[in-house]
Amino acid sequence: MTDSKYFTTTKKGEIFELKAELNSDKKEKKKEAVKKVIASMTVGKDVSALFPDVVNCMQTDNLELKKLVYLYLMNYAKSQPDMAIMAVNTFVKDCEDPNPLIRALAVRTMGCIRVDKITEYLCEPLRKCLKDEDPYVRKTAAVCVAKLHDINAQLVEDQGFLDTLKDLISDSNPMVVANAVAALSEIAESHPSSNLLDLNPQSINKLLTALNECTEWGQIFILDCLANYMPKDDREAQSICERVTPRLSHANSAVVLSAVKVLMKFMEMLSKDLDYYGTLLKKLAPPLVTLLSAEPELQYVALRNINLIVQKRPEILKHEMKVFFVKYNDPIYVKLEKLDIMIRLASQANIAQVLAELKEYATEVDVDFVRKAVRAIGRCAIKVEQSAERCVSTLLDLIQTKVNYVVQEAIVVIKDIFRKYPNKYESVIATLCENLDSLDEPEARAAMIWIVGEYAERIDNADELLESFLEGFHDESTQVQLQLLTAIVKLFLKKPTETQELVQQVLSLATQDSDNPDLRDRGYIYWRLLSTDPVAAKEVVLAEKPLISEETDLIEPTLLDELICYIGTLASVYHKPPSAFVEGGRGVVHKSLPPRTASSESAESPETAPTGAPPGEQPDVIPAQGDLLGDLLNLDLGPPVSGPPLATSSVQMGAVDLLGGGLDSLMGDEPEGIGGTNFVAPPTAAVPANLGAPIGSGLSDLFDLTSGVGTLSGSYVAPKAVWLPAMKAKGLEISGTFTRQVGSISMDLQLTNKALQVMTDFAIQFNRNSFGLAPAAPLQVHAPLSPNQTVEISLPLSTVGSVMKMEPLNNLQVAVKNNIDVFYFSTLYPLHILFVEDGKMDRQMFLATWKDIPNENEAQFQIRDCPLNAEAASSKLQSSNIFTVAKRNVEGQDMLYQSLKLTNGIWVLAELRIQPGNPSCTLSLKCRAPEVSQHVYQAYETILKN
Amino acid sequence: MSASAVFILDVKGKPLISRNYKGDVAMSKIEHFMPLLVQREEEGALAPLLSHGQVHFLWIKHSNLYLVATTSKNANASLVYSFLYKTIETTDSKILQEYITQQSNKLETGKSRVPPTVTNAVSWRSEGIKYKKNEVFIDVIESVNLLVNANGSVLLSEIVGTIKLKVFLSGMPELRLGLNDRVLFELTGLSGSKNKSVELEDVKFHQCVRLSRFDNDRTISFIPPDGDFELMSYRLSTQVKPLIWIESVIEKFSHSRVEIMVKAKGQFKKQSVANGVEISVPVPSDADSPRFKTSVGSAKYVPERNVVIWSIKSFPGGKEYLMRAHFGLPSVEKEEVEGRPPIGVKFEIPYFTVSGIQVRYMKIIEKSGYQALPWVRYITQSGDYQLRTS
Repeated sequence: MTDSKYFTTTKKGEIFELKAELNSDKKEKKKEAVKKVIASMTVGKDVSALFPDVVNCMQTDNLELKKLVYLYLMNYAKSQPDMAIMAVNTFVKDCEDPNPLIRALAVRTMGCIRVDKITEYLCEPLRKCLKDEDPYVRKTAAVCVAKLHDINAQLVEDQGFLDTLKDLISDSNPMVVANAVAALSEIAESHPSSNLLDLNPQSINKLLTALNECTEWGQIFILDCLANYMPKDDREAQSICERVTPRLSHANSAVVLSAVKVLMKFMEMLSKDLDYYGTLLKKLAPPLVTLLSAEPELQYVALRNINLIVQKRPEILKHEMKVFFVKYNDPIYVKLEKLDIMIRLASQANIAQVLAELKEYATEVDVDFVRKAVRAIGRCAIKVEQSAERCVSTLLDLIQTKVNYVVQEAIVVIKDIFRKYPNKYESVIATLCENLDSLDEPEARAAMIWIVGEYAERIDNADELLESFLEGFHDESTQVQLQLLTAIVKLFLKKPTETQELVQQVLSLATQDSDNPDLRDRGYIYWRLLSTDPVAAKEVVLAEKPLISEETDLIEPTLLDELICYIGTLASVYHKPPSAFVEGGRGVVHKSLPPRTASSESAESPETAPTGAPPGEQPDVIPAQGDLLGDLLNLDLGPPVSGPPLATSSVQMGAVDLLGGGLDSLMGDEPEGIGGTNFVAPPTAAVPANLGAPIGSGLSDLFDLTSGVGTLSGSYVAPKAVWLPAMKAKGLEISGTFTRQVGSISMDLQLTNKALQVMTDFAIQFNRNSFGLAPAAPLQVHAPLSPNQTVEISLPLSTVGSVMKMEPLNNLQVAVKNNIDVFYFSTLYPLHILFVEDGKMDRQMFLATWKDIPNENEAQFQIRDCPLNAEAASSKLQSSNIFTVAKRNVEGQDMLYQSLKLTNGIWVLAELRIQPGNPSCTLSLKCRAPEVSQHVYQAYETILKN
Repeated sequence: MSASAVFILDVKGKPLISRNYKGDVAMSKIEHFMPLLVQREEEGALAPLLSHGQVHFLWIKHSNLYLVATTSKNANASLVYSFLYKTIETTDSKILQEYITQQSNKLETGKSRVPPTVTNAVSWRSEGIKYKKNEVFIDVIESVNLLVNANGSVLLSEIVGTIKLKVFLSGMPELRLGLNDRVLFELTGLSGSKNKSVELEDVKFHQCVRLSRFDNDRTISFIPPDGDFELMSYRLSTQVKPLIWIESVIEKFSHSRVEIMVKAKGQFKKQSVANGVEISVPVPSDADSPRFKTSVGSAKYVPERNVVIWSIKSFPGGKEYLMRAHFGLPSVEKEEVEGRPPIGVKFEIPYFTVSGIQVRYMKIIEKSGYQALPWVRYITQSGDYQLRTS
């Protein structure tokens, strides 16, 4: 008798019939009816109307029938929450059934019913099951806690289930331990605030013991949990590693990868001189290689992780190049990933073999793969200097194939090779030029144009070549247009006599006929440069460019470290932190590798409280404007070596932004400031945060000045400090401060003319900054500023400008222009100008938020020499929009609970502990964006001490 | 963290069966899977991990079925894929039989108990197994993976060995397997003698093997599952002479013909014989009118795979054979470029291991004290055996 008959009934009025059958007195008939219902449900029919009838069948001693009814419940309880309550009684009863299978079944089903109303009824049965005598029931109940927590976290915490779960870590049954760990990890992941996984050496020991005894899946849970543990010193780290290494011999790749994660993480704490460190390195290679014999999907996960591992510790796999050679039948995603790893492992020792392989791949048929192989050859040339010549000749061979996309890809990488080894391979230019007509991809065209412009003096017909592109100028992509503009200007500067007409033509195309602001602005810069001072123009445009770095495609180190902590997970496959793709980011904690330590304390909390004064914060002056313009002129090809186009544009924007839209007006008539002799374009396009030396003499720390002139009606205002000394700005001295009064922020500036000529035409621009500060009105200096005259201006600011995270957070880069020049400086603004007036949080809200923010986000600071009592402190802080939500006296100490809100909506919660008679007070800050804490602390200190 | 739900879909993407584990991802999200897969495939950017908004799909394909896991968290990807593959494998089929019972009524009546395998420390073996004759069959199987480039130089040569057991033993037997493992010999001081030993590069064990014990003193000790299972696998990358060496000349005369000459040489001991040798040689997809000449065995054109398969039933070591093939080509050449698939070789050499690995002993101890017999069989076969063509 097969069960397929249940799936065949398709009669009309079926529901009605089923209802009758369900209510039949005959057991057999009932069971048959439930089976039919389940069959309908499985094929997607809506049988929810039968809810009460099916639930009525729940009270039965027939396990099969019970299972079916439970299955039905899981499916429909959510849509019929009121009805679902009917099932509660049976659950409670089933949880006490003598049969452990039924107890476990009941508790498992309970966890799957995501109905708020009934969850609280389930607490008692769950509590019993967690302490059940049968391990099968306990292990099922453990998982149920995690499910319940997802539905109602508060309930689970109030009921003390979390503590029970923690106790289960010491259970005698290894599977119960594994499930308890899995449940705790799951809860901890979504609620980082709970100190659930504060494991101690004893519990670690229990986990390591259970590791040897439980199933492969349990082992994975335990290993993943171990990876979150922070050993107290290198000895503990080593002893855990020693007990984890046997897992590398497990047949399940997931067990192996999770073990690799633990080892990679804890290795960080071991000294490299240790013998054990070397042993461990050697032990890691073979299992990683074996992962490549797994199924393709597992291979892919392994390869994505190996990609991270070779970046973090290249020594592990440096002799294993061969295993990454591509096989004909590898899926494309495996091929591409292998290729990437091959380049990372390429070195002088193996380059010959690698190149032979890459050449082979470049003649395959899969276009994506071929392109990547060609690019890889270029990356090898840049990475392994000794191989550059061979790479170039390989690329030339490939160009001879005349396969269109191969040629284009080759030209793009040759351009990068030129940027790494200038003036070395220009003999190949002739060959490249032969292929000019076949280039139809913007990137290849742009690369070719760059080459022609850069080597214009060696190409006889450079003008003709460039002119040929000019005909369809407006049809080209921006990338090509920008490149063409620069290339023709370069050509003109190299061969001015023959190409004047050409340069006129391109400048007018770029400035007059184009709608693209980037293109127009660049056109204007060139135009003015050329028309005012061709010598300076030459120095700027033809300046020696920095060599490109060999490894531009490496993952940024802090991200890499974070990803190492996520080996085996989706994050490691995406190469993105979980916060980038997991919803809500409800307190996403950034994991980091443990610090390397000697056998001592530390490693306890990553953010140790700073002692003493805040670090030096002298405003920095950005000295060479050339840097910024340099970016504009030269780095338009994007990051070298095939970076993703997205990154290119964003980086560029960062650099260009300082000049903002008002570039034309910023550019005075006398461009003498541009292109000093020491002009060097920076290696990357980002604006360095701390360029130049701090100004010593006149500037003392903004926050150390104690002679404050705080106004009563607004926040504390620091005295003005010199931001731009006269010697750096051709006689213009700027000092200033920031104020906040009744909700509006302003920048109070004092401009002094210390030069001998009159200054006019003032304008101001901010670079993008962390909080979107921007001038709300133009800088208005009504009369020309005569020599030795000073003018005070209050510039209103808004917080609706573009946002870019700065380092430090409160760094503000400013460009000020007058008739003489454009000047750049950066300053740090006190964070309390951003504290808004409605920053008082409701008490309940405060409590809930304080609990909800993870403890890792808490930062503690000491404020010394501040002999204020609680009232005085409270009122002082209140005037700067730090509000006291509640006050408490604990053992003679005054505790002030305070809240404040930043202009961008970030809440900061504070606990200020003041001890009468003690001049120091303690400040604890909790915020979902912990990076602001340091600055909030400084604001506190500033306000309290003034 | 693991998957939220697992689905088995048919080839059109219709869910056949599903299991919702966590309930944090709506089951209806699976509808996005197939369109997404199709789209990615068209873009040529298909990967085992797809995402649609906040939902991530981890999938594998098995014949006409898709196994898909969904998650919205940072799940452990390798765990999920291993799980999906385990779902297919159902390796410990004996264990499954405990759950899938033909007579469902059994549970009603009896004092039902939890199958001990779900919580036991020994989850892979049930208690109370009985055999009249207690025997263990040990198969040592070595697969040779080879990658040779068009110039005939060996790029990659490795041996992947597996030891498979067929266990017919009563009770809860304790087994210990002894191999001529070099590390073990060094540990026990056997290495000085004339015992030949083998250096195993990376060893992987079935979950029944006590890993910490192996890590300590290289002892392979375990309580086996009942029936068939893979006890261990190992890898050696020591360069060995390719067992069957192929030299080929494939000459393509555009618009007229292709001429293929393949020479195969058995580079193993004369006493051994390779069985079921199959050499597949790629031919252009538009080739026609095949003609063959072989010194031994037979050649067959398989147009659906675009290969000629040259089969040799038995191929003794040291021998050298030749095949010639001739194909016509159409005068009108087709547009798209074809890849250059490698020559593949399949073979099996019984009673022989390339690595020289040997089972020295298999000790079987059960508290009832029965005598059990271990039987060992060795075989070497081709794994991923590819020779690129020019």
